[in-house]
Amino acid sequence: MAVIKLSESKINFIKDVCKSYGNKPGEVINVLHKVQGEFGYLPAEVQELVAKELGIPVSRVYGIVSFYSFFTMTPKGEYPISVCLGTACYVRGAEKVLDELKRQLGINVGEVTPDGKFSLTCLRCVGACGLAPVIEVGEKVYGRMTPDRVKDVLAEYR
Amino acid sequence: MINVTIDNKQIQVPEGTTILKAARMAGIHIPTLCYFELAGMKFENKPGGCRVCVVEVVKDFNGRPRRNLAPACATDCVEGMEVLTHSARVINARRTVVELILSDHPTDCLTCAKSGNCELQSLAQYLGIREIPFKGEQSHYRQDMSPSIVRDMDKCVMCRRCENMCNNIQTVGALSAINRGFSAVVAPAFEQDLVDSPCVMCGQCVQVCPVGALSEVDDTRNVMAAINNPKKTVIVNTAPATRVALGEEFGMPAGTIVTGQMAAALRRLGFDYVFDTDFTADLTIMEEGTELLGRIKKYMAGDKSVRLPILTSCCPGWVNFFEHNFPDMLDVPSTAKSPMQMFGAVAKNYWADKMGIKREDLVVVSIMPCLAKKYESKRKEFYKDGNPDIDYVLTTRELARLIKQFNLNLKDMPSEDYDDPLGESTGAAVIFGATGGVIEAATRTAYEVFTGKQCPKIDFTELRGMEGIRDAWVDFDGTPIHIGIAHGLSNARKLLERVREGKEQFHAIEVMACPGGCVGGAGQPYHHGNSEIIKKRTEAIYREDAGKPIRKSHENPSIIKLYKEYLGEPCGHLSHELLHTHYFDKSEHVEISE
Repeated sequence: MAVIKLSESKINFIKDVCKSYGNKPGEVINVLHKVQGEFGYLPAEVQELVAKELGIPVSRVYGIVSFYSFFTMTPKGEYPISVCLGTACYVRGAEKVLDELKRQLGINVGEVTPDGKFSLTCLRCVGACGLAPVIEVGEKVYGRMTPDRVKDVLAEYR
Repeated sequence: MINVTIDNKQIQVPEGTTILKAARMAGIHIPTLCYFELAGMKFENKPGGCRVCVVEVVKDFNGRPRRNLAPACATDCVEGMEVLTHSARVINARRTVVELILSDHPTDCLTCAKSGNCELQSLAQYLGIREIPFKGEQSHYRQDMSPSIVRDMDKCVMCRRCENMCNNIQTVGALSAINRGFSAVVAPAFEQDLVDSPCVMCGQCVQVCPVGALSEVDDTRNVMAAINNPKKTVIVNTAPATRVALGEEFGMPAGTIVTGQMAAALRRLGFDYVFDTDFTADLTIMEEGTELLGRIKKYMAGDKSVRLPILTSCCPGWVNFFEHNFPDMLDVPSTAKSPMQMFGAVAKNYWADKMGIKREDLVVVSIMPCLAKKYESKRKEFYKDGNPDIDYVLTTRELARLIKQFNLNLKDMPSEDYDDPLGESTGAAVIFGATGGVIEAATRTAYEVFTGKQCPKIDFTELRGMEGIRDAWVDFDGTPIHIGIAHGLSNARKLLERVREGKEQFHAIEVMACPGGCVGGAGQPYHHGNSEIIKKRTEAIYREDAGKPIRKSHENPSIIKLYKEYLGEPCGHLSHELLHTHYFDKSEHVEISE
């Protein structure tokens, strides 16, 4: 017997979301979207429960989570950092900014700092190409980024 | 009907026919890789992903040529269509496709488990590929070794046959395509090991895998080491379905019965005694049949706590399946062990004592058409003091490999008998190898025990057939008995759900995990989607039964003697200790954490 351990509030939240979609297998993407919106990520236990509630194999749920880049199994940091790697940002040096962020935070893309403060992801175009290269920290946008400015930006949150 | 022209050959096909099927009807071979069909078993895999079957549509519905090549497996014929299956353009594209697949495929054919049976290897040969012009990164994954199945996903070509088989035919749901692009692969959830997933080890994924990504655990070397050890007495037992399939590996037509030759070959491999799992199949009927009659009699006497229907428990894939999926019904299946595990228990207790052989000096090997049997033999409840009842399980394919290594050809073998006493069996036992067979064997015995009269017939043809779910009423001299049969686990699931919901009532249900039953088992010679082979094996099973002098389990003299000398009575005290087992809840449960 395998046991899925989750807090009572999480169990109830997941069950309610599934129910609101009629526990239909075809709604799995919508369910995952809502659940990730609440928890910030989709750990294995959460996927197990979603699978159980919708009556589909957990392998299918994991197949979806691992296929779509929107879904993640890593928790987000307190301040999630997103680096735009869209064409405009990229040609104006976004990769160098990203490398500097990786170096200073000591983590790779998709990871969280050990203190849980920062997480690092990449995205494609935030629609602010005039400010390229762009990074986001939480909801706040930083334009015309350079590797030199990384230290100052991080200092605001440390 | 619509008219199409394929390679200048005009044919008429029903609407909705794919180019691939139309070509096959016209006797034109279009090579395929991901495409797989098991005709009559409702299994068709056509993701259109590999592009090996591309053809040139020189005249489409609009009278003009189609710009791009079309995948024949996923393109329907239209009126007036003209297709070329082997134009220079097609051959060139096909070759490029296979070269690209090979550019991310290990080239260790020499030592690959599927070598000689690999569809990618055959394609490369067919297309005359002599070098791989594309060089680049190769994908690497962790090897996963369960007791039954080896997963080497570096070799996966993403045909997704295994995923389709696991989810749609078996409804096991262990495998799914995960990740995307270059890192896409088929794996269990969270890339966990198969043993930690809901996998039931039926191995049908191995049976359909075109390459060496999925293969069986090879135990031939362990068996040879035991045979080479002078301290060990090594005995073997052979499952019913192996005798109608082993011949295929030696070029004999499907459905050739090689029982005697197999026994002869096993002796020449060095086994000290050659016994038959059929003997303990007869024993299974005695135990399971008695259990069934006990439940029916109690039920008819008004005891409503009795659980009916009784479910057969011979098939280890099926046992794993209900442990994972029907944890609320664990008291429904028969507690009788499978014939293989009964063989192990009888051999290591009764026979070893009789022969004066110490348990640890006796090695019991099973020849099985099955991969789940490897897992079953490793279940802890079938061990005593750290020593298993069954030491090794070899598949029909592994046995064929061993026989060839010994420079033996099954065709040249004389027909020899099994050794006594664990080699004597009836026709009832051999039909365990085909869907419907276990319950027919049980019926032959249960009828006579229940009524005290001789059964007016032996062949219960109403229980035979290839339909996924079947049912029949059998008249037990005035008492109608309702029998259900399912093969393929999706069918078993459907039938069990009907029973759980109270929609239908049965006295007994037989389930076999593999399509066709053990004849279609994952350890049998690869059928490459030819379901005629499975049908031929089934016919051979019933021929073997018809040719047996004794065809009812309770009339097997060695079984009668075993009860008299040792066990006492069916479902008696010693039987319960040695021949019955219990089941475990393997489902997922949600628990509240702080």
